[in-house]
Amino acid sequence: MAIKTQLPAIEGWFTMDPDRPALLGSQCERCAAIFFPRETSFCRNPSCQSREFTEIELSRTGTLWSFTDNRYQPPAPYISSDPFVPYTIAAVELAAEQMVVLGQVEPGVELADLHAGMTVELVLGPLYEDDEHEYLVWRWRPVADQHGAEASTRTVEEVSE
Amino acid sequence: MSAEHEVAILGVGMHPWGKWGRNFVEYGIVAAQQALGDAGLSWDDIEFVAGADTIRNGYPGHIAGATFSQALGWKGNRVASCYAACASGAQALNIARAQILAGFCDVALVIGADTTPKGFFAPVGGDRPDDPDWLRFRLLGATNPTYFGLYARRRMEAYGATADDFARVRAKNSRHGATNPNARYPKEFSEADVLASPVVADPLTLLEICATSDGAAAIVLTSMDFARKHTTDPVRVAAVSTITPTYPQTVLELPGFATDASVGLPVPERPFRDAIAHAAYEEAGLGPEDLDLAEVYDLSSALELDWYENIGLCAEGEAERMLRDGDTEIGGRIPVNPSGGLACFGEAIPAQAIAQVCELTWQIRGQAAGRQVEGARVGLTVNQGLFGHGSSVIVRR
Repeated sequence: MAIKTQLPAIEGWFTMDPDRPALLGSQCERCAAIFFPRETSFCRNPSCQSREFTEIELSRTGTLWSFTDNRYQPPAPYISSDPFVPYTIAAVELAAEQMVVLGQVEPGVELADLHAGMTVELVLGPLYEDDEHEYLVWRWRPVADQHGAEASTRTVEEVSE
Repeated sequence: MSAEHEVAILGVGMHPWGKWGRNFVEYGIVAAQQALGDAGLSWDDIEFVAGADTIRNGYPGHIAGATFSQALGWKGNRVASCYAACASGAQALNIARAQILAGFCDVALVIGADTTPKGFFAPVGGDRPDDPDWLRFRLLGATNPTYFGLYARRRMEAYGATADDFARVRAKNSRHGATNPNARYPKEFSEADVLASPVVADPLTLLEICATSDGAAAIVLTSMDFARKHTTDPVRVAAVSTITPTYPQTVLELPGFATDASVGLPVPERPFRDAIAHAAYEEAGLGPEDLDLAEVYDLSSALELDWYENIGLCAEGEAERMLRDGDTEIGGRIPVNPSGGLACFGEAIPAQAIAQVCELTWQIRGQAAGRQVEGARVGLTVNQGLFGHGSSVIVRR
């Protein structure tokens, strides 16, 4: 069987780096406000009127703020596996950006494995596929070493250069 | 706010909530006629109609204000229609209030009705990758209960709430709504019943997540001068809050993928949900200590606990204690959702915020048989509509 070409499920929301993927945000060149999903037309900071943005990579790791699962098949436009397999969703706090970002949790991680405050990292995984392509989306995964994770957290200053 | 900015609720009416499978216009007309009868007025007396739109069974050409006006008989009245998701009813009320306070009319009809399909709320169809409401389903499979589950789990992780606490909210509301003639689920459930119900979005069970319902609610809103010619002590609208969040929005909200990033920015004085009620209190010149009851938007059992804190009934993290002490039960210090809430109604989106005000009106008049909060004089509703529409109404004698 031919290997399917991997494509992002949505263009421009994350990098396709297989080892160290990152969500893509935008940062206002005037007030430094950060936006995810990217804002590229008008800065939403009410005290800023800028229309100039730089693309930035968001922190790859964060701490779990909350989590839940979905036991019933959601409606379209979600493209569900057949049969439907329940999945877990996490809300993750990124320290450097001071924001919370949602994402599905990597399959195989049980609810019982999760608790608020634990360190998770961004990975990519298949959301759905067609005959030729596999469409990838970002996911959160607990890091194996809960103490060593901070080293991989990049600061806003680093990513915004 | 000064009394000169008050308007009167002269009549209220509702079509019972359910899954009736008929056109939303039918429900709306039943509610409107009941509200007119309650006010002792006729359709001829209505000068302005504010309709809260349905998008589920509506489309351009079926927009609420004119649709209801046509069904009641076109007579050239002024009309407005609005859509603000769950906050639509409060917006319609506020539009009518502004017309009255500006002196453009004395008597307005506020009306909202919905017919809903079964199951999860889904975004409007088609391929719309620019719409965050479409994208959150596509990319995350994040349904509305997903967000409710996240908020519920957060209470467990941050404040030590338990699944039993959430079940207790649902059981309380089931007792409140058990004899409400307009409730879709007038049935008592025990905590054990709630916990035995299938989990939809951990930790929430099917019984703890708001259903989608058909229903309608209407209010005859008038100037104070007009009302005093018809009644001695009218129930009044003391405040309507319809605010947005303040940037940076630091609390995760439907249908967002993320909060705003707040690094390097001053954080708002109050989170959005706190600010919704605060704006209403400011306008009314009242505070949480003045309330006799509240109708809050219990989209889930756990979310009701968030609202206790958001509307200032207790400090952050203390809602479970209030609940366990029975403070929010009828007969307690500050009953919440004496109607039975969304738990007993399910959500009929454009009607729901209006229905909350109908309940306060019946309570303050002492007409809420079987669920009466004794001596109720001041009540608050709170709710929020998708994408950042706050909604809170203070009603008083």
